[in-house]
Amino acid sequence: MIDSVLEIVSWVLMATGGAFVLIGGIGALRLPEFYTRLHAASLTETMATILIFSGMMLQAGLTLATPKLAAIMVFLLLTGPVASYAVANAALQSGMRPGARGLEENDEGDAR
Amino acid sequence: MPRRGTLKLLPLLGLILILLLSWTLWSGMFKPLLLWLGLFSCLLSAWLARRMGFFRLQLPLRTLLRLPAFWLWLLREVIKSSLEVARIVLSPSLPVSPTLVTLTTDESTESGKVILGNAITLSPGTVTIDMHEDTLQVHCLTREAAQALQEQEAQRQTARLGLG
Amino acid sequence: MSMYLVVALAILVTMVLALVRALRGPTRYDRVLAVNMFGTKTALLLSVIAYLIGRPDFLDLALAYALINLVGILAVLEFLQERSSREQEPRHD
Repeated sequence: MIDSVLEIVSWVLMATGGAFVLIGGIGALRLPEFYTRLHAASLTETMATILIFSGMMLQAGLTLATPKLAAIMVFLLLTGPVASYAVANAALQSGMRPGARGLEENDEGDAR
Repeated sequence: MPRRGTLKLLPLLGLILILLLSWTLWSGMFKPLLLWLGLFSCLLSAWLARRMGFFRLQLPLRTLLRLPAFWLWLLREVIKSSLEVARIVLSPSLPVSPTLVTLTTDESTESGKVILGNAITLSPGTVTIDMHEDTLQVHCLTREAAQALQEQEAQRQTARLGLG
Repeated sequence: MSMYLVVALAILVTMVLALVRALRGPTRYDRVLAVNMFGTKTALLLSVIAYLIGRPDFLDLALAYALINLVGILAVLEFLQERSSREQEPRHD
């Protein structure tokens, strides 16, 4: 009973994780500008990583693989933002201005 | 010449213990040669960490104890904003409204600033693109995300870690 | 078993999409971002493959790839920064 519940939960986690990976990939292609594409990349890097790895950890159960999976997940989650920051900051330093407005500058949203 | 950082015994022993544990966990082999190599590489890593000024950073025990609650908040935040970003990416009209926000932080320690910046980047829809002294520039995918950031929840949660 | 295959395929499709973004650019930072995405997806794919073909030692490869990816991206960015400071004027391709 418990086993099949765990099974279903882990499948659901992994399926949603796969869906988020796909959405992130689509976003990286569809979004209009460099700084907005950062958000699509961070979608696959955080949400999808958490979902897929927790699904696999449920599958692995109490084996040596679980701490390994957890270690890889934590490592990816710690370095993901660092890499994002490094890329974004390098672009900013090179003089690429984000096509974004400040919060007070306009009242209507859409800045495209 | 960068400061090497003073050597505190407890953090050093803790680091070496963690390194040894992950070595044995990862290799799963217990031949004497491999164990000696493991010990050697753990000591080498600890020395490199000292050279990088790792022991200059302070990570008080209360921070470690409060970390799980922080992660729980972060997880909720990540789920919420992931769904929002997914909705935006999949909707045909692509309703983005990129907004730049400048935030200030009261965190005085380097670790506090890094944790704050990374927490903001980790939740999709907001990315820290610049950090200087105590101001952060955050790029947001939508105006709504930018307005949510102005409520300073991230700063409050980071402050509760009690680093400074 | 088949679930791993579905997830692996989803990751592969996203890697192709990232590759398309890397080829299309338009700026060099778009390309770096896409390559970084490709790299982290490789680490993810390797861990899924470990379960798909039942070889847990692939997890070690996943960790090694995640490490190399981060260092590689930082090295490329360092190189780009060096070059753009030599070129003086920022380019937007």
